[in-house]
Amino acid sequence: MTETGAFEKVLTRYQTIPGYRGTLPEYEAHGGYQALHTVLGKMAPAEVVDAVKRSGLRGRGGAGFPCGMKWGFIPKDSGKPVYLVVNGDESEPGTFKDRMLIEEEPHQILEGVILSSYAIGCHLAFLYCRGEFVRGAQVLQRTIAEAYDKGYLGRNILGSGFDLDVIQHRGAGAYICGEETGLLESLEGKRGQPRPKPPFPAVSGLYRCPTVVNNVETLSNIPHILLRGPEWFTAIGPPKSTGPRLFSVSGHVARPGNYELPMSVTLRQLIFEHAGGIPGGRALKAVIPGGSSSPVLTPAHLDVTMDFDSLAAVGSMGGSGAVVVMDETTCMVRVGEIVSRFYHHESCGQCTQCREGTAWLHKVLRRIENGQGRKEDLDLLLDMCDNMKGKTICVLSDAAAMPIESYLKHFRDEFERHIRDRACPFAGAAGVRKH
Amino acid sequence: MIAEETRHRFDALVARYPEKRSAMIPILHAVQAEVGYLSPAAVEWIAQYLDLMPADVMSVASFYDMLHLEPVGKHLIYACQNLTCTLLGAEPLIRHIETRLGIRAGETTPDGKITLKRMECLAACGDGPAMQVDGEYHGRMTLEKLDRILETLQHD
Ligand SMILES: Cc1cc2nc3c(=O)[nH]c(=O)nc-3n(C[C@H](O)[C@H](O)[C@H](O)COP(=O)(O)O)c2cc1C
Ligand code: SF4
Ligand code: FES
Repeated sequence: MTETGAFEKVLTRYQTIPGYRGTLPEYEAHGGYQALHTVLGKMAPAEVVDAVKRSGLRGRGGAGFPCGMKWGFIPKDSGKPVYLVVNGDESEPGTFKDRMLIEEEPHQILEGVILSSYAIGCHLAFLYCRGEFVRGAQVLQRTIAEAYDKGYLGRNILGSGFDLDVIQHRGAGAYICGEETGLLESLEGKRGQPRPKPPFPAVSGLYRCPTVVNNVETLSNIPHILLRGPEWFTAIGPPKSTGPRLFSVSGHVARPGNYELPMSVTLRQLIFEHAGGIPGGRALKAVIPGGSSSPVLTPAHLDVTMDFDSLAAVGSMGGSGAVVVMDETTCMVRVGEIVSRFYHHESCGQCTQCREGTAWLHKVLRRIENGQGRKEDLDLLLDMCDNMKGKTICVLSDAAAMPIESYLKHFRDEFERHIRDRACPFAGAAGVRKH
Repeated sequence: MIAEETRHRFDALVARYPEKRSAMIPILHAVQAEVGYLSPAAVEWIAQYLDLMPADVMSVASFYDMLHLEPVGKHLIYACQNLTCTLLGAEPLIRHIETRLGIRAGETTPDGKITLKRMECLAACGDGPAMQVDGEYHGRMTLEKLDRILETLQHD
């Protein structure tokens, strides 16, 4: 079945090199920028797009959209400049892999950016990283400078006639700027409020020009696909979730961290083999498999493989690859309170259902957790969730509703007990654990 | 109010973007670093520099958690209050800071030294409970580590 033992790391291979700091000479000494030499001026841009299509690479930012297909939506003859924007906003709770790639292997991202820009005909690309990545932004700035010095950026790169400039741009703290059109607004110097779609960014994105937005990890795969070929990539993992993926595992596990694996890995292997299981001999209670927006799973789901389609089939999603593990001391009402507080704080407020819905969810969950819940609250919560889905400018509203529905679905008795006993049965447990 | 040298830096920055306004957030960051916070005069200056109304600049600045329209302390503690960090004990740590400094999250110590802010996931969950102090990450926080950090900040 799963041959995760035999899997050779791709994106994090650098971690096996002692003292590696991710500078340009180090990156090159270990095979970096070879794809650039192989592709620029030697492969036609359309061939590059085709190779990425054939690799089956799906976006690692959250939606799992096929990368090559997205590139294919860029109109050939709009007469306008085309932009590539790298989404390094990484704010989905539980996720910490893009920050690692930015700080530790930044040239891999940049090589991916140059190759992708070449493929889609972009001559100005933006690396947008979240405001809190102060160090990450400095590293990216240094990386870009090194690449200019070496002639990997600027005019006539490697004599291919291809020109590219890259700008590093740091946000200022707002989850919604991770949503691609919120990000574009932010990059235009505005409030990061998502735009109604259509038009999609491929047609009208940054400065109303055709734009591709891709996640940091997605683009980090590009040099490897072009150097080793799409067939090499499709041989990793299940047929519809190809290539390596970084799973950020955190919470009640012995060895939290980023694990690069094929998506054929099971949830059980990920938690118990790779992340070392649950400390203190406690039992597993719940797992969020793809960031806080993804519906929760239970021990009954441990044998699901971590690919996009299998996770969807059990009612959740691969999302951002963030796996949050919770043991038996965790109160699911408290989890709901924390998660809903987050979405309430991050709603940009444009849509009534989202603005009001996230506020209500948080208010009701807080009152249940505090022992002031009412019998009718659970149906009220489900009603509110239903109202929040599928009706808004962006899917933050859905992302706020779906997890809460799932907590109620799998742990309804726990919610009922809070209301019946007028108190949290876990008081003193969750959230007050000593380290 | 803004140093001539900073202004030249902004001129170069603005020139790189296809539209001037795109330099807004980088400029807000830089002015905040220089002035300490985005004072009404600073907002006015930025608006004039970018050919915008002060209200436009205010509207953008108020949208982002890291931009301060009120004075903040010399040191800034961002404490993560999101899921993983809470599972690992963030709440008692945040309460410890509040008790020790005699302020609530969102406030600044009376001597103007330290501001404490509750933040959402800082993308450091693998090292939770996580905090950022003046832009630097501190992971696997304990009461002892926290006391050492607070000690240093208070005596700075
Ligand atoms: C509320 C919200 C937040 C998001 N945050 C991020 C993020 O932090 N990073 C990211 O890459 N994608 C994020 N996304 C997904 C982006 O909208 C977009 O789909 C993605 O950047 C596309 O890149 P990919 O196809 O390479 O995954 C978010 C989406 C939503 C709705
Ligand atoms: S769904 Fe929420 S976050 Fe998205 S645009 Fe509407 S109000 Fe803003
Ligand atoms: S939950 Fe605290 S850093 Fe992610």
